[in-house]
Amino acid sequence: MLSRTADHLYWMSRWLERGESLARMLDAHYRHSLLPHTPDVLARDWTATLGSLGVLDGYLARYGEIEPGRAFNYLAFDRDHGSSIVSCLREARENARAVRGTITSEMWETLNATWLEIRAYDARRADVGDFLEWVKYRSHLSRGVTLGTMLRDEAFQFTRIGTFLERADATARMLLARAKPGVEINDDPAGTDHYAWTLLLRSLSAFEVYRKVYRDAVTPRRVTELFVLRDDVPRSLHRCINEVYVNLRAVGNDQSPETERRAGELHARFRFGRLEDLLARGYGAFLDDFLGHTRSLGHRISQDFLVPVT
Amino acid sequence: MTSVPYDEMQAADGKNRPHYRRYSDWLLSQPEDRLARKRAEADSLFHRVGITFAVYGEREGAERLIPFDIVPRILPAPEWDQLAAGLRQRVRALNAFLADVYHDQEILRSGRVPPEQILCNAQYRPEMQGIDVPGGIYAHIAGIDIVRAGDGRFHVLEDNLRVPSGVSYMLENRKMMMRLFPELFARHPVAPVEHYPDVLLDNLRSVAPVGVSDPVVALLTPGAHNSAYFEHAFLAQQMGIELVEGQDLYVREDAVYMRTTRGPVRVDVIYRRIDDDFLDPLAFRPDSMLGVPGLLSAYRAGRVTIANAIGTGIADDKSVYPYVPDMIRFYLGEEPLIDNVPTYVLRRPDDLAYTLAHLPELVVKEVHGAGGYGMLIGPAATQAQLDDFRARITAHPERYIAQPTLALSTCPTFVESGLAPRHIDLRPYVLSGREVTIVPGGLTRVALRKGSLVVNSSQGGGTKDTWVLET
Repeated sequence: MLSRTADHLYWMSRWLERGESLARMLDAHYRHSLLPHTPDVLARDWTATLGSLGVLDGYLARYGEIEPGRAFNYLAFDRDHGSSIVSCLREARENARAVRGTITSEMWETLNATWLEIRAYDARRADVGDFLEWVKYRSHLSRGVTLGTMLRDEAFQFTRIGTFLERADATARMLLARAKPGVEINDDPAGTDHYAWTLLLRSLSAFEVYRKVYRDAVTPRRVTELFVLRDDVPRSLHRCINEVYVNLRAVGNDQSPETERRAGELHARFRFGRLEDLLARGYGAFLDDFLGHTRSLGHRISQDFLVPVT
Repeated sequence: MTSVPYDEMQAADGKNRPHYRRYSDWLLSQPEDRLARKRAEADSLFHRVGITFAVYGEREGAERLIPFDIVPRILPAPEWDQLAAGLRQRVRALNAFLADVYHDQEILRSGRVPPEQILCNAQYRPEMQGIDVPGGIYAHIAGIDIVRAGDGRFHVLEDNLRVPSGVSYMLENRKMMMRLFPELFARHPVAPVEHYPDVLLDNLRSVAPVGVSDPVVALLTPGAHNSAYFEHAFLAQQMGIELVEGQDLYVREDAVYMRTTRGPVRVDVIYRRIDDDFLDPLAFRPDSMLGVPGLLSAYRAGRVTIANAIGTGIADDKSVYPYVPDMIRFYLGEEPLIDNVPTYVLRRPDDLAYTLAHLPELVVKEVHGAGGYGMLIGPAATQAQLDDFRARITAHPERYIAQPTLALSTCPTFVESGLAPRHIDLRPYVLSGREVTIVPGGLTRVALRKGSLVVNSSQGGGTKDTWVLET
């Protein structure tokens, strides 16, 4: 396959996944904001959310101060902000358009329809909850049509690599928002923070999963174990890195053994590591380190297979 | 040529022509709101599928639909057979002409075509002189624009031998009609067109460089911002070949390779949808970002086939068009089966004098223009436009030809006021490989504005499905 084609496929799926992840984060944020809060707390939460996405400075440069309505718009509808949901869906669609002959026509039509709909969306009248549900729904649809129609060839493998590298990044960022300094990853039923840990489960679509797996109270340790170590949870770090590794092996070329080795090494940590050991240097430090690995893998994949970033 | 247009559906006595009777009975039986609903459905489907074209001069990323009309243009079998024979004849002669111009130039030496007309033309590519191309074929894909005059006879309006576009609309229009009105296809023996991509691929493979047994074919596009990008992606997908941009290809030791995730892969045949000027910055325009450095050298070495060949523009230039009937006589020893439109060549003093005296009745065309931009339609022009063209013609008569304003035939078409006649033309696609093949029909374009004769999509034209009835 053409390197440029692989590049478009990879980025198409990264942008799609990023759009969904943003919707999930905003959804968690939105639900949390429905609880009784002082304006101070609301502003602090937005600062944390914008910060975990790495866009706090961009937002402040534009608006100067935290205001919930503006912050939401900035992350959802702002066309000039390159990482808003609307921009993610536009980028996904533009990448798909460039390879519309490689993806199936059903995939193209789904992505194109998503873009046409969000372009026509009236942000002023949008119901926040409905809008975020819609984004997730369209993302489910895109994923479904990909799995249901695409040939299991290299093109498919590059879309998988893009999807799971992006998802690994997103899950780590959502965990990071909970990994405040001093947070105890223990088996105490999550006391005052109970609602926040439950919300994390819900926003990663894992609340029912948690109940099924543990049949017990929500504790920080179990939630962390679920999202870090369990290979059977679709959005866990272990699952994501497993998919990246397997698909990288499938597309391997003469240049890529080192990239494959690094992905394998990272995978082995989740496959064979203990939670206590992984978190030995602190939860936040572990997640920061992990994000560094996904960034470097992304860079190496571009160099080995795609159109290298110059 | 009479000035009353020929109506494709109704004869002069007001009765429907036999090949339209079944269709028009069906049309009369349709509730109006059903047709309106079907038209809206077609629009939304075209949008969703993204069958759009980018408009030059509008803000980047502007994508528009080409309006699709649900009333088909129908041609009966005998009429089509005659037309197809004429098209085959014409394209064979045009390919023979190109081979001759780039080799021995017998037609120039015989005096049938003035040598300076060819050798001083910007469309003549000296780089091609003496190069042998596989099968002697230059124009692998030709789009021949056909119009029907008031007397019902077909004429060739123009030959398109460089990178003719529009065939994806022929295919998508058929798909759309079958989706909207499947019942019509049960009632009419409509000749299929869906095999076009197979025939095209087969032809492209047949012209691979000598010695290549399993040729790799790629479609070279200028990229996603080109107005015809949809078509490029569509054809590449339908043929199962790679859609490449210039940056995906490189030349090493006169061989062309594409950059893939598994390393370089050799390319044998390039179906290019980029103009000559942009193909190779080392040989043509040095500022081209779309091309592949060294491509011409690989081509000249016979290591890659380019379709259409470089330099085909010399055969479809409007200044050369008047000589095509003579080419048919010269190379094939046959009389042309389809006539040209009578043409005044303004470099000839008599033709110039006549044209200047009759400007308001004539259509004047710039010889290197394309897309209906550099054109004057006398009867529709304002005094200022006439004066402007008069000055331009007087200054450079050799840059223009003139033709009588044709009463292009009309076909019933849905417009705001309901069903009304609108002018149409027809672009069949003629494929040359081991043999010359034409998929029955082509692209019918329609001028949607009342009275307008300009069918180009860039100027507000629409399209129709074209039916050739098998019996």
